[in-house]
Amino acid sequence: MFDTLLLWPVILPLAGAALAAALHAFPAVQRQVALTTMVLTFGASLFLVDAVMEGAILTKAFGGWMPPFGIVFVADRFSAAMVVISSLLALCALVFAMGDLRQRQVRSGFYPLFLGLMIGVNGAFLTGDIFNLYVWFEVMLIATLGLITLDRTRAQIDGAIKYAVLNLFSTILFLMAVGLLYGATGTLNMADLAVVLPQTEPSAALTLTAMMFLLAFGIKAGFFPMFFWLPASYHTASIIVSAVFAGLLTKVGVYALFRVFTLLFEVDNGTLKPLIAVIAAGTMLFGVFGAAIQWDVRRILSFHIISQIGYIMLGLAVATPLALAGAVFYIIHHIVVKANLFFVAGAIHRATGSFDLRKSGGLMKASPLLAVLFAIPALSLAGIPPLSGFWAKFMVVDASFQGEAAWLAAVALFVGLLTIFSMSKIWIEAFWKEHPRAVRARPVPAVMLVPIAALGIITLAIGFNPEPLVAFSNLAAESMGDRTQLIGAFYGGEHTAGVTP
Amino acid sequence: MSLIYAFAVAAQMGAGVYLLLSRHVMRILFGVVLLSTAANLLIFVSGGLQFTAPPVIPQGQQMLGEGAANPLPQALILTAIVIGFALVAFAAALVLKAYQSLGSVFTDEQNDAEELGSPFAKKAADNV
Repeated sequence: MFDTLLLWPVILPLAGAALAAALHAFPAVQRQVALTTMVLTFGASLFLVDAVMEGAILTKAFGGWMPPFGIVFVADRFSAAMVVISSLLALCALVFAMGDLRQRQVRSGFYPLFLGLMIGVNGAFLTGDIFNLYVWFEVMLIATLGLITLDRTRAQIDGAIKYAVLNLFSTILFLMAVGLLYGATGTLNMADLAVVLPQTEPSAALTLTAMMFLLAFGIKAGFFPMFFWLPASYHTASIIVSAVFAGLLTKVGVYALFRVFTLLFEVDNGTLKPLIAVIAAGTMLFGVFGAAIQWDVRRILSFHIISQIGYIMLGLAVATPLALAGAVFYIIHHIVVKANLFFVAGAIHRATGSFDLRKSGGLMKASPLLAVLFAIPALSLAGIPPLSGFWAKFMVVDASFQGEAAWLAAVALFVGLLTIFSMSKIWIEAFWKEHPRAVRARPVPAVMLVPIAALGIITLAIGFNPEPLVAFSNLAAESMGDRTQLIGAFYGGEHTAGVTP
Repeated sequence: MSLIYAFAVAAQMGAGVYLLLSRHVMRILFGVVLLSTAANLLIFVSGGLQFTAPPVIPQGQQMLGEGAANPLPQALILTAIVIGFALVAFAAALVLKAYQSLGSVFTDEQNDAEELGSPFAKKAADNV
């Protein structure tokens, strides 16, 4: 019973995607299929998180091939939490899509591609095999490319080329790193790698592998020198697609990075730690600077994804258990808040007819509810107490002070200030200002407001009662940072005895 | 022997990256193709290239015999080739579509995405 729990978050979207593709001629049925699939997936992920809540690590080896030979799925608290939050976000996006999706987009295959994306995302969170992770990344990439060019407008084609080339480059680097790692260790199972790697002689090949993983996942996650594909493409996609991308895709890169650099390689050796610290600081700063100059809501938010990724990286740069816990908290908070902001951008577009802030306005009078619903995630993103972003920032900044990286904490606080500037720019232009052409704002349908409100309530709930999530993040970071737990889950007690973590 | 392969991988990588830096989208596409084949060759070399027996289990036995090749790198490469083919096919279609709808094969003339909300645009670009 327990081991099949791991499979449902991948199998359900797979079945849903196949069914939705087969029902191509019936858009209404496709919508029902997609919604049912995501409700079921969300339910399955809740069962999964319930099963790992007590600290158990679930594993499932396919085809009866025992590790390290077969492909395995594995779930600990961190991966289960990621599956829950991404399934919830996908569900919200589908509800939002009921109000925003056009017939043409459904005919272009939105539902099968969307469910295909969820296969890749959940698979990447659950796999315990590094080559299998590569395969899930590619599943994600191909679905993403289909989604980003859904309308085939000029801007989308232009954005998609930049997206495709840089992401293909990143996955090729990832594949090369996997090849080198296999050559150096002779295994691909992550738990087995965690056993073998500490016993392997340090070599140029291993250093190169670590650097290539950092670069490959860094491009995916949107790190400072490699983030240019993100603001060049995310804002062109349809707003539902942008919201899901903003919430999930970069976080999968971050997740993979956390796995590789806690399980396989140590951050705590010499050159890697200052390198990641500089990357984290650069990501925070340049993301927020890039946002300051833009006028398109979606571009402002795209640049903010990058600056927030910097905060998450701060957790890995400090690399204490406290910092990792802060990063886990931050990822969960950020998925909710950032996707919510993109949904609000969709609502602004619906109401004022433009994503460009110079051409929108007057929403404060026309739709006070929307204004409140924007204020919650916007203030949370900037880290205003008592919203979830405050606790997330508090945890990582506190960890940086304790981890003797005070300069990182200073950068983080400074960037928080600039984030408020960006958010108030959206607030002033879209909500306070009169509409430039004195057009009456169009009403926003309730199905678009429901997911925004739901995610806003989650933000408020985390903000006013952060303790359960803080405790959960601490436990998740503890089991993530401790290799022996994962190794023990595969090989039982006797194998772990000889291993020094 | 593996030094020759190493230089082959390096040459392919270098040519791929050089093409990737071009402004011409077709060259970029060829760069991606070269890079993905270089990655396949790299897995092949790092998996250990030897003149060995094919990895076939003889009849009546349970395990591979001594001196058989390691089949795993080949399985990895097969997977990577299939995935790489799909992505290159999509990228080729994307490049064709870009040429048709943007009317140029040079990346510096394809900047419709950049103009959305750009502070430098003469008039605010029409948003979709």
